[in-house]
Amino acid sequence: MIKGKFIDNLPKVYGIYTGGFIGFIILMAIGEQMGMTAKAIGVAFVAFTIFIYALIGYLSRTAQADAYYVAGRQVPTVFNGMATAADWMSGASFVAMAGGIYFKGYGYMALLVGWTGGYILVATLLAPYLRKFGCYTVPDFVGTRYGGNLARLCAVIVLTVASFTYVTAQINATGTIASVALDIDFKYAVYIGLISILLCSMLGGMRAVTWTQVAQYIVLIIAYLLPIFWISNKMGAGFFPHFMLADEVARIGELEQQFGFVKNSAADLATVPKGLAGITKAHSAVNATPWAFISLALAMMMGTASLPHVMMRYFTTPSVKAARKSVGWSLFFIFLLYSSAPMLATLSKLSLIDPSLPTGIIGKSFAEVQSIDWFQNWNQANLMFISDFNGNGTLELNEFFMGGKAVVLATPEIAGLPYVISGLVAAGGMAAAMSTADGLILAIANAISHDVYYKMIDPKAETAKRLLVARVLLVVIGFAGATIAAMEIQGILGSVIWAFDFAMSGLFFPLVLGVWWKRANRQGAIAGMVLGLGSAIWYLVWVRTGGSGFLGLTQLTFGIFGAGVSLVAMVVVSLMTEAPDKATQKMVDEVRIPSGRTVTGK
Amino acid sequence: MSNAEKHWEKTRSLLFVTLAIWFVFSIGIFLFAAEMNEVTGPFGYPWTYWFTCQGSLGIFVILVFWFANRQEKIDEEFGFNEREDS
Repeated sequence: MIKGKFIDNLPKVYGIYTGGFIGFIILMAIGEQMGMTAKAIGVAFVAFTIFIYALIGYLSRTAQADAYYVAGRQVPTVFNGMATAADWMSGASFVAMAGGIYFKGYGYMALLVGWTGGYILVATLLAPYLRKFGCYTVPDFVGTRYGGNLARLCAVIVLTVASFTYVTAQINATGTIASVALDIDFKYAVYIGLISILLCSMLGGMRAVTWTQVAQYIVLIIAYLLPIFWISNKMGAGFFPHFMLADEVARIGELEQQFGFVKNSAADLATVPKGLAGITKAHSAVNATPWAFISLALAMMMGTASLPHVMMRYFTTPSVKAARKSVGWSLFFIFLLYSSAPMLATLSKLSLIDPSLPTGIIGKSFAEVQSIDWFQNWNQANLMFISDFNGNGTLELNEFFMGGKAVVLATPEIAGLPYVISGLVAAGGMAAAMSTADGLILAIANAISHDVYYKMIDPKAETAKRLLVARVLLVVIGFAGATIAAMEIQGILGSVIWAFDFAMSGLFFPLVLGVWWKRANRQGAIAGMVLGLGSAIWYLVWVRTGGSGFLGLTQLTFGIFGAGVSLVAMVVVSLMTEAPDKATQKMVDEVRIPSGRTVTGK
Repeated sequence: MSNAEKHWEKTRSLLFVTLAIWFVFSIGIFLFAAEMNEVTGPFGYPWTYWFTCQGSLGIFVILVFWFANRQEKIDEEFGFNEREDS
């Protein structure tokens, strides 16, 4: 019911959808005026959006392998761009990024450069060639290009390690938002998050995930941009914040000078609740060494080009040409959010610390701050904290602490926006986390069902059986991820960055050299994947257990070491063993020509 | 040299040009971040700050579209363009 005609009508369908969503926001705003409680609005936003995604997931159900694995390869460029942007921008991008910029300034903004610059590598080195190859999954490319089950299995292992690290963070994020919005215990909220995620992907695989991700992108971008424009206008900072906040950025610099960054004693800091931080770094000044910035950006860029859940989105375009253009659209849609995050951080910080603004709390008396409604709310939610370290009764910059999430979640309330905006933000965060989790779980389940089960265990399996295996795996992996997420081991952002490092260590060079170096062979690729991932894990454990590290590579950038080892191992081993056979060389030639049938003949 | 080889050679030069521009705006300029931030840039933001929040990101967006168009031209020149969706 969703073939052909549906594809032609996409702009209309999503246009109506967007209009409907805006209508829903207005309805909630009217509801708020008429006395709807904050909690009811939060529940309505989250429940309504999840219901819509589930409905799209159900309508996109399919029994065909092509539709299940690559959405029938007919997703138009712009829509694939939106889907990729939603796939890409996780709960971390949505909830944590502006907070990171707020607290760490320049050093943190390497992530903005890294998470966009990586798409240049995707567009030039990989996406069009992998699309021409015509594979269903990333390990499918590795297995066919290099030949043999061992290479395929290694790729599946790297993919699983990287994606699973990532997905626990996303399920954690859906749990956090669901527990706040629906006011239930985190331990149960995690499973509610998981069920919503599975509703989107289980019946229709990639096809369902594609169309829900487009819907989720629309929700998350409205939820991110609307409050920023609103706050900026309300503060009189400028009607288009991106081009008009230079004075505000300069003003923060002045205030920083005026207040100074007073260092708190360890004993004082011990009284601050875990996870909250104060402003200790300059907002717009360069506060990191060039290498610290560049190494983090580089690790994120190479990681971007190795993460299978992103790469597989470009398998769904109708042509090689469309795959390239689609990378551009993806980056454009990502740019819309990423270029806004620093603006939100600026507005949020200024409204809190500028004593000349009505919302500013620095310089006010403690009694006064403690009587503010929003302060009480967020203090109760364990996201804000003040303590009179020097005992002068006035709040100083170094006596105010906040959780990273509060920048996105609390700023609308601080700026005095109606509660409907907070409900919208919760729905946006949920959309961001769900869309990424769906992409990741699908990437893992597809790799295991297609590459391990179908290609290695039972090559004669019928489509119905293959898709049944894929669906069972989807549920199993989802529950495994949720169980680990419920244990709350690693913070959201930490595990996201690790995923990038793992992916680049094991997959970057085997993928890139598979296209760009004909001489690369099976032995080299296996060595590259095994030693790359192995050395990365070793380095991470070493640094985490007190090792000093080298070259200034930290537990955020260890992928550079892993990828370096992977490159050397792959080149040396490839050159020491025989060149790939004629058929493989011909296959590489085929991949390099955009026209004609795909290499796998599908 | 065969048609395919010539096509690949041009594709490779385009790759090098694209990656060179990418390198400048993702790595190169940040070697001079501290110096560059002293100077006021677009919309009144300090240069380095502007590059990290808008400049580099926007340049990447334009770069991908530029690359895609150039590659399409190369493919057409050698008759490797895909007919069905052009």
